[in-house]
Amino acid sequence: MTESRDPGLQPERTRLAWRRTTLSCTVVAVLAARQGLHDGRSPAGLLGGALSLLVWLAFLGLAHRRARELDTPRPRAAGLRYPASAALCVVALAAFAVAVVV
Amino acid sequence: MSGSGERGGLARGLRLWFAPERIREEGRTPDYRFSLANERTFLAWLRTALALVGGGFAVDQFLPELRWGVRVALALALLGAGALCALRAVNHWVRAERAMRRGEDLPVSRFPVLLGLLVGAVAAAMVLVVLLGRLR
Repeated sequence: MTESRDPGLQPERTRLAWRRTTLSCTVVAVLAARQGLHDGRSPAGLLGGALSLLVWLAFLGLAHRRARELDTPRPRAAGLRYPASAALCVVALAAFAVAVVV
Repeated sequence: MSGSGERGGLARGLRLWFAPERIREEGRTPDYRFSLANERTFLAWLRTALALVGGGFAVDQFLPELRWGVRVALALALLGAGALCALRAVNHWVRAERAMRRGEDLPVSRFPVLLGLLVGAVAAAMVLVVLLGRLR
């Protein structure tokens, strides 16, 4: 196991890239929740905030699964599933943000 | 096949969206390190997209003294750019992955320039709007 370790730590770096992205997603989700609570009088705001938190949970799960896959010396390339779902999460966050802002 | 150009590439890309395993049928599997580097580039673009979405929220929440129209226009520009950036990140990831499998050159794109110009324009507009608001 240890002798086949990648000297460039590529899997490790990719895992950390997923963690950083999760962190960015968390910041956006917190902003969305803050917005939803702030103008809690509008049902659109509350709904947008709640859905944003769900998307954040989905992203957490996604990133966690990929991070587990990357925990081998020679991980497989990501299938399209991971990039597509991650991007979909971001688009969904933007869409809920539009619902909250307008 | 090679003459199908940009539109053919887009159609093929869209087909891949719905049959993700087909990307593994083309060409040869590249060195896993190249694929991981491509994945990290994708994630960096995704963080850019998230930053734009966060910027949209920030405009709406932290500039409450702006007129409603201006605030919403700025926020929508940032949110739209974020969504576009995320979709384009997937598309670019697919194109790069396919190019690596076929041993072709990596795809070039004018998206970074366009995004840079848009972010610059929004930043300039925000400076103007905030300054004018302070002067009033």
